Amino acid sequence: MLTAVMAAVVGCIGIAVYGIVFGLFLQGIDRKFAARMQARVGPPIRQPFIDIGKLLCKDNVVPEGALGVVFNAAPLIALAASVTILLYLPVGSIMPLLGEWGDIVLIMYLLTVPALAMVAGGFASGSPYATVGSQREMVTMIAYEFPLAIAIIAIAWRLSVAGIADPFLISTIAQTSVWSIAGPFGWLGLLLLLLVLAWVTPAELSRVPCDTPEAETELAGGLLVEYSGRNLALFSLSAAVKTVAMATLAVVLFLPWNPSWYIAMAPTTAIVADALFFIIKVVLVVFFSVSVIRVMMARLRINHLVTLYWKYLGIVGLAGLVLIVLDAMLGMGVVA
Amino acid sequence: MSDSKPSYNIPIGPIHPALKEPILFTFKINGEVVEDLDFAPGKVHRGIEWMGMRRNPVQIAHLCDRICGICGVSHTLAFCRAVEQIAEIEVPERAHYVRTIVAELERIQSHLLWAGVAAHELGFDTLFHLAWRVREDAMDLLELITGNRVNYGIVQVGGVRRDITEDQFPKVEKTLAAYEDITKKLLKLFLEDTSIKVRCRDTGLMTRKQALELCTVGPTARASGLEMDVRLDAPYAAYGDLDFTMVLPDQYAGEIRGDVYDRIVVRLLEVVQSMSIIRQCIDNMPPGVVMWEQKYAKILATCKKAEGEAFGRVEAPRGECFHFVRMNKSESPEAWKVKASTYSNQMSWLTMLKNEQIADIPIIVASIDPCMSCTDRVAVIGNGTSGILTKQDLHRLSVEKTRRIQGC
Repeated sequence: MLTAVMAAVVGCIGIAVYGIVFGLFLQGIDRKFAARMQARVGPPIRQPFIDIGKLLCKDNVVPEGALGVVFNAAPLIALAASVTILLYLPVGSIMPLLGEWGDIVLIMYLLTVPALAMVAGGFASGSPYATVGSQREMVTMIAYEFPLAIAIIAIAWRLSVAGIADPFLISTIAQTSVWSIAGPFGWLGLLLLLLVLAWVTPAELSRVPCDTPEAETELAGGLLVEYSGRNLALFSLSAAVKTVAMATLAVVLFLPWNPSWYIAMAPTTAIVADALFFIIKVVLVVFFSVSVIRVMMARLRINHLVTLYWKYLGIVGLAGLVLIVLDAMLGMGVVA
Repeated sequence: MSDSKPSYNIPIGPIHPALKEPILFTFKINGEVVEDLDFAPGKVHRGIEWMGMRRNPVQIAHLCDRICGICGVSHTLAFCRAVEQIAEIEVPERAHYVRTIVAELERIQSHLLWAGVAAHELGFDTLFHLAWRVREDAMDLLELITGNRVNYGIVQVGGVRRDITEDQFPKVEKTLAAYEDITKKLLKLFLEDTSIKVRCRDTGLMTRKQALELCTVGPTARASGLEMDVRLDAPYAAYGDLDFTMVLPDQYAGEIRGDVYDRIVVRLLEVVQSMSIIRQCIDNMPPGVVMWEQKYAKILATCKKAEGEAFGRVEAPRGECFHFVRMNKSESPEAWKVKASTYSNQMSWLTMLKNEQIADIPIIVASIDPCMSCTDRVAVIGNGTSGILTKQDLHRLSVEKTRRIQGC
């Protein structure tokens, strides 16, 4: 019993360190990619680490009109929630630490917690900019949750139709390639859902074109406007960890392949090879759904954002779902 | 947004990432919609006119360069034209052409700078980086011709201080040729991009009638279909000899709506037009000197004898730039008044911003290409009373403050 608790504690700390380091590294890579695409030199890849280090040295200012408790608790909750998501997600072929206690629906809920914490922090800071930012963040959340839910549910449903036990468990999804189960119609549907998830990622991470809640030129940082020093560092870390979580989710759902599935190798080699391959997949996801999109777009107005996610991505997602249902009903691919 | 929601005030400025220069806006917002607004300029008043009225015209020409970091040539040109009229100084023909070339290069770099800022306000940083990189070529060319990237110091009462030599022409032509390709690309990127179209079409509307009633000038007026361009209405420098027409947004889009999109269209098309004007200038450049008189002492002596008043009008990149000068047989002018284009354009904000979304405030504010340091001319101190402090006053105040701090 004691060893189990110890293992859990060590595992949690390990995952937190992994999430923060890998997340900051991903942000550094994203900034470098974006800079190269904009014909700039860009900052060194370690720049996010330097930024966090600098923020931690700075004063932590709590504005006079702020609700101190909520204002200070929000960044902590955001970071804790982001790290918690990682406890339910695999790294390569290393299965999630708490995989048995939660499934993919829990991850969907956990993904909203950092955003909710930011909203609470924004409202608590008592600045009109932050208030507008918080309102926008809530609207954004409502907008992207629907397409995200469609993508996740469709995949889990297709697995269950194929007769796979516990289709909502992360370990099941991570160990089964949905592409090998679906037939031609299913593939088409999966491609549409992949597109939807690629567009949900920038909204989930508040990056251009969906950075309306922070909108530098409009709201001067929006819901983060009053944050400084340690609290801002915690929010930045939370964003970094969330980047890992979102990219991992995309990898688990759509790109679950591991080299050890195809090439026979020793167990330890397999873990390392799978982890390295996993990192490449995550970087690719970040490149396509964060860097490329943010380089090629202007910021959306909040009403355009809602239209895009509810209407266009909603329709694309539903089309994908219908194709997957058709695929199963027509008996294409694997059906139990 | 429902009407029952209470509206709240959002201050934007005096310092805000959306504003490139200090100015204070107060917005009354309902939900995300602007219900009412007010603005208070006057945050960067530097007393330049006051300084000018204590200097001679040759010195003021250099002061004019520093009214604005972007349209220095326009201010200097407007001032010099006013002084030249009063003192009846005839500018050599070649100097007119050099002035025109430099003024048009300034227009190119100013419009490209604006295009970059506009893209940044929309959150489109890739385009911002591209526009500013493209702008560097114009800056390099200006440096080649004038010796400076900003504050060119080339226009002077009686002509220009440097000639454009034959061996510089190939370099100018090379840059213009490069611009020909890049402007086509920029036009496509700015005007055919969906995310820009969605944000800029039908935002910040101003009808032709409103533009006329609000006395707007320059690209802001032309984007609303108001035919107004000092270069054509009252030609100065070499513009009378050149062949060009007014840029109106329907030349690209086929219609005039008077929105932010049309303002982008007008400015980008003017970049293309400026290149053709520079080409014409180079082809038709007459030989000769570029200064009415090489000796500054003689210029100063002529100015000192001059009496009368005149105004100089120049089409700056942002619109009409207006300088009024009165000289009364003394070393420095008796009166000097600068009216920059933003002064004429700023009232249009009230019309454009009403009932728009918060998200569109930055781009609409930027769409008239405001230049506050050109505009801010009046310092009102205290309850509506204004005053100018002399050196003695400032000294007295500083001594008093030191005593107060020391507590004696």
